[in-house]
Amino acid sequence: MFEITINGSKRDVDVEPDTPLLWVLRDTLAMTGTKYGCGIAACGACTVLMDGQATRSCQVPVDSIGDSEIHTIESIEEDEVGRRVVDAWIDMQVPQCGYCQSGQVMAATALLKQTPNPSDQDIADAMANLCRCGTYNMIAAAIRQAAG
Amino acid sequence: MDYISSNKAATKSLPASEGASHMSRRAFLSTTVGAFVIGAVLPTRSLRAQAQGAAEGPAAIAAKPGTKVSAYLEIHADNSVKLLSPFVEGGQGIATGMAQIVGEELDVDPARFVVECAPPGPDYAIVNGIRMTGGSFSTRSAYPVMRQLGATARDMLIRAAAGRLKVQDDELATENGVVIHPATGRRLTYGELAEDALRLKPRDTVPLRDPKDFRYIRQPMKRLDVRDKSTGMAKYSIDQAVAGMLYAAVVHAPYFGTDPIGLANEADVMAMPGVHSVHSLPGAVAVTANSWWRARKAVEALNVSWSSPAPTGLGSVAKDFSSAGMLDALRSSTAKGLVAEQEGDAEAAFKSAAKVIEADYSAPYLAHAQLEPPSALAQFSDDGSLDVWLPNQMPELFQKVSAKTAGIPPELVRIHSPILGGFFGRHFLYGPANPFPQAILLAKTTGRPVKVIWSREEEFLNDALRPLSHTRFRAALDDEGRVTAIEARTVGEGPIGRYIGGGPVDSSAVEGIIEKPYAISNRRMDYVKLVHPVNIAFWRSVGHSMNDFFYEGFLDEIALAGGRDPFELRMELLQHSPRHRTLLETVAALSGGWRPGPYDAEGGKRARGIAMASPFGSETATIAEVSLVDGETRVHNLWIAFDPGSVVNPAIIKAQVESAAALGLSAALVEQVVYENGLRRDKNYDTYQVLTRGMMPQVHVKIVESGAPMGGVGEPGLPGVPPAVVNAVAALTGMRVRSLPLANTTFKGAI
Repeated sequence: MFEITINGSKRDVDVEPDTPLLWVLRDTLAMTGTKYGCGIAACGACTVLMDGQATRSCQVPVDSIGDSEIHTIESIEEDEVGRRVVDAWIDMQVPQCGYCQSGQVMAATALLKQTPNPSDQDIADAMANLCRCGTYNMIAAAIRQAAG
Repeated sequence: MDYISSNKAATKSLPASEGASHMSRRAFLSTTVGAFVIGAVLPTRSLRAQAQGAAEGPAAIAAKPGTKVSAYLEIHADNSVKLLSPFVEGGQGIATGMAQIVGEELDVDPARFVVECAPPGPDYAIVNGIRMTGGSFSTRSAYPVMRQLGATARDMLIRAAAGRLKVQDDELATENGVVIHPATGRRLTYGELAEDALRLKPRDTVPLRDPKDFRYIRQPMKRLDVRDKSTGMAKYSIDQAVAGMLYAAVVHAPYFGTDPIGLANEADVMAMPGVHSVHSLPGAVAVTANSWWRARKAVEALNVSWSSPAPTGLGSVAKDFSSAGMLDALRSSTAKGLVAEQEGDAEAAFKSAAKVIEADYSAPYLAHAQLEPPSALAQFSDDGSLDVWLPNQMPELFQKVSAKTAGIPPELVRIHSPILGGFFGRHFLYGPANPFPQAILLAKTTGRPVKVIWSREEEFLNDALRPLSHTRFRAALDDEGRVTAIEARTVGEGPIGRYIGGGPVDSSAVEGIIEKPYAISNRRMDYVKLVHPVNIAFWRSVGHSMNDFFYEGFLDEIALAGGRDPFELRMELLQHSPRHRTLLETVAALSGGWRPGPYDAEGGKRARGIAMASPFGSETATIAEVSLVDGETRVHNLWIAFDPGSVVNPAIIKAQVESAAALGLSAALVEQVVYENGLRRDKNYDTYQVLTRGMMPQVHVKIVESGAPMGGVGEPGLPGVPPAVVNAVAALTGMRVRSLPLANTTFKGAI
């Protein structure tokens, strides 16, 4: 049994120590906004915030979380920066199929929390998540808009 | 082993190729849906519910697809509107486009629509008499039908209001979901009228809105699903859940077409945490558990013996099969071709030619690599009926195959079609490349609802592939460098031929090679069918995804051989076609004027290439600007002039053209599925490369509305991109690349 903090709430989860956070979220806690894409940290669809850092949850064993604060897409609009990112995503009509966008929004939120006015290079460095619909330009435009 | 053999018996009803070989238009048309299925999903007191036994009822049985209002619209008492769409939404924006078209004529703001993919049913067969989401057919098929449907519904609501208010129909107007009697100011909402309206007999003809008065059609309206997709609320197949559900993970046979024959450690695996059961399936083993992670760990711990593939040959994926060997087989085929297109006298033109050029072009197998891994959830009810949630592009066909797999009649199968986490052709019926038969068999065997999810590795190893193909061209030029004849010999196989039929020449193998707009008077285009042992698929823009690269690349070679500029050659060969010349002029202007280069720019020399394509009823002209960075192709800009004839939502069109261009660029630069020794080389995104942010150019799209019949949107932006990029690389380096992806060619020291 592990106690972890998700979106400000303590949750007890009865899983093996090596269970990735991604599957704790999706299967144990029924929080399916965080997506499984590759399982090897290559695509970024499972990105969550771990103590404010964009983190690929498929590579985070539950026993490594400890007291870290996890924030997922389900709580994104409770965060001031996250809400601005979502607004920009809608305004710029970023998503197409949308499957990668939970991870993109989380990565963008982490970027703007650390770098409120990111350069193009900052965006290129931070936004490494794959998008098979090719919405990369719209994502960058939305980040610039959210930065204001 | 007892477990395996007993499960073997249970799974015998599923031949590995089931579905794929049965996907014919005939089979599709024979699919029917009983009232049970419709009734099961009817909300009470909705417009649709009222239709049962109402005026539309008896007539509806034989209703022409797309005409039965109650099959499409639910207008609830609170005046909310739900549209049941024939099409599945997978990012192409079809839900919003449909709401715009219906809303325009119904007179309801599309932003107030909720759009869901309709259950199976004959009313939705509006794409050439069938139902599917593909072929860039949706909007152009639905446009006239859905306008008429919206107008018919509005007319019924007006007549219902006239009865209620005791006035004449023509005294009434509508305004965004409300019928108004202007003389007295009385108002009735559609929600208040819906019940009465559905008792009325629909009129055979109702007037449509004059396009000059359109408020929603042709507007860049925001897509209805963007908020849910930006906040994690959107539910895909992989997110579906029901009470008591087991999760299943599978491992497929390493060699395609082989089966499990023994398990060495079943008891050990059964003892792993959360494991419920272990199963053998056709071509795979499965474990069910109380979480997918546990199921996956367990299934990957199984020690499985598999049957052996053939040692050699191309009749199956043999132990020595390779994509390189397959390409050699296509290239060296000496079989006589079938004529796919013939005009004039090519033979004579070659005899009298001043110059003849010849070139071989090829393109590799490709994976769909959509971000959502395939999944399916199957749940049997106590009454023997079955619910299946699954990604699919043809609900009726999946219903039919689900029924066969379950051993029950189709009318006992309810198909749910959640939004797709990308598709690009992935979710047609491809036999062993679809997980839903596994979910049904496991649900049947365990007596529990089962959700099967394929790991990303299983998906890369078992996805049905865009076929590898090869075309050999010859062109004849006269002594002034004019092209007098062109010949092509395309060897391979396309998905239309494999899954649908349609004659000896497979249109999906030669599209993009034939029916070109260019005035080359002597043509001989041949097709040689050579069957792939691997599972093949539709892939965004299908044959065009490679054939336009072949043709447009070779056209630049013709230009070079004839001493012509590639842009000028195209203008010359299109003198007869103002539509195409307009596109060329538009894309040239969009890019600041045609200049092939090389020229100096920030970061080094750049050059540009041009290509055209005529895919899915639309027309495109594309210019790419490239440079080389450390010997690798870097694309800086894509300018695309796109003529779909007429438009419904220009913002969606631009988004789709950019998305298709990105996928075309991905294929041009880096993508390839490689077989070595009978096995696929790449199992995940770490080695199967797809377009990353760093490879993404700026994309500039200009829509040209020529007024030609409406063409497709989702796919046509793709085919022009690979040849425009490759032609730009040739302009920059002098090196003509005839085989994709560009990553296979070394440019070090080229400039």
